Amino acid sequence: MQNEHFPSKLLENAVDEFARLPGIGRKTALRMVLHLLRCELSEVEEFGQAIIQLRKEVKHCNVCHNISDTETCSICSNPARDRSVICVVENIRDVMAIENTRQYNGTYHVLGGIISPMDGIGPNNLEIESLIERVKTGEVIEVILALSTTMEGDTTNFYIYKKLKNTDVNLTTIARGVSVGGELEYTDEITLGRSIMNRLNYFDTIK
Amino acid sequence: MHLENLSILNYKNIEQADLEFCSRLNCFFGDNGAGKTNMLDAIYYLSFCKSFFNAIDSLNIRHDTDYFMLKGQYTRKKEKELVSCGYKAGSKKQVKRNRKLYKRLSDHIGLFPLVMISPSDASLILGGSDERRKFIDGVISQFDHRYLESLIRYNRALLQRNNLLKKFAENRTFDHEILSIYDEQLIEHGEKIHKKRQDFLSGIIPVFQHFYAFISGGKENVVLEYNSSLNNTPLREQLAGEVEKDRATQYTNAGIHKDDLTLLLGEYPIKKTGSQGQNKTYLTALKFAQFEYLKNAAGLKPILLLDDIFDKLDSKRVEKIIELVSQDQFGQIFITDTNREHLENIVGRIPTEHKIFRIVDGKLNN
Repeated sequence: MQNEHFPSKLLENAVDEFARLPGIGRKTALRMVLHLLRCELSEVEEFGQAIIQLRKEVKHCNVCHNISDTETCSICSNPARDRSVICVVENIRDVMAIENTRQYNGTYHVLGGIISPMDGIGPNNLEIESLIERVKTGEVIEVILALSTTMEGDTTNFYIYKKLKNTDVNLTTIARGVSVGGELEYTDEITLGRSIMNRLNYFDTIK
Repeated sequence: MHLENLSILNYKNIEQADLEFCSRLNCFFGDNGAGKTNMLDAIYYLSFCKSFFNAIDSLNIRHDTDYFMLKGQYTRKKEKELVSCGYKAGSKKQVKRNRKLYKRLSDHIGLFPLVMISPSDASLILGGSDERRKFIDGVISQFDHRYLESLIRYNRALLQRNNLLKKFAENRTFDHEILSIYDEQLIEHGEKIHKKRQDFLSGIIPVFQHFYAFISGGKENVVLEYNSSLNNTPLREQLAGEVEKDRATQYTNAGIHKDDLTLLLGEYPIKKTGSQGQNKTYLTALKFAQFEYLKNAAGLKPILLLDDIFDKLDSKRVEKIIELVSQDQFGQIFITDTNREHLENIVGRIPTEHKIFRIVDGKLNN
């Protein structure tokens, strides 16, 4: 497909643009473009408009830095949410995942990535300083670290820990262990080992 | 543990072969390129889910066909076990144990332990230190998944730390705080890895020396030592001491990624002084020590593959090796050689049960 010949320059341009999206190859791009060609003009206009508007008007919440339509996002401005608890996550997808659990009523702090020198991401490229500012207001009682369990996630956790250890905030991290409904026999030994090390008081699990 | 029968379909140059083995010595002979080593490789594949020689499965399919299939019937701890591996070009390889498909191949590796001695082992002596670390890591991680996990995390932290040092140099900055986070991770995993490498080596070194003395007739003195900067100084201290050097070289100078084995023949490095036969003796003794380690870790006798073992060795040493492997501490063994008389001459003199197979153009020809 690399050397394919397009009869139309317009078609080729559109395919090139679609193929720049993550996970989209040139074959899929062509399929999408041909689909758009079959659509009503108004539909395609709406499609383009939605993307342009998104890019131009999207804001980042001035408290948690999540993607938002307003200066302060709907979670941070909700009076029913507990502002004394902050859950630190990598990006909006993690916010959505935790929100879907309906188990969490605190607020978030979206870092916008994790520390990875390989990818040119240092602490200064992330919203870590603003997290520390938030904690220093004194309103916060607990910070929950909910980053991925990769080495980069651990590095970021540790960096935040170092920055916060002189404050009196309670720093916690999400539990790692056997999945619900999972059979022990099929759990990998690293996870299972960790579950044994960090075992829980049974009474606490049935409350 | 032993392999009772093996059936091969379209693997390398073998179109089809069905072999029944005996539980002790099995010998393949045939001309160059006949497929003797490919037979061994098929057995290797059933234990490790990959070829000893080529990790790219599509290159292990016989020319002009599009799949291969290997099936082996074992007796393991008195139970019958059927292992099969199939690969079709363009799809994922499938490994089954007793007709049940594995989700993760790592669950299989280590269950049917095997040691291969091959001419390509020479790289352990002649190659760089990475070859020797790879050997140690491969043996330990087969039975210790936590070791492997530590190793993966260590290497990742090292990669990020080196990248960070480069960024510091490019931007003419330095941030001790962030560097120290990587140090903590290197220390956590590096110390664990060092401890396990040390335990492993202190276990196999006496065994290795015993085997070398036996094969060489006690004529030569050999030394095998674990050479790590962590032997004397904790990694924390070393990292702290090397900061300036690390900044200058943009690279992490201390750690278990610099570990090596010291291999001496007499007082000199075997790399410089060893003859080809001495090198081969050294490697054979090392692999036999690995065999003993695996036997203890797995609780059963591994399968031993000896590819072209008699090449480069004098007849006394060949005799000693055969005498050794026919003892009860060894189990099922597969040997290749080009010459029938030579083989019969060697195995004919020992009382151990044996079977000889003739391989011609990728086919069994008895």
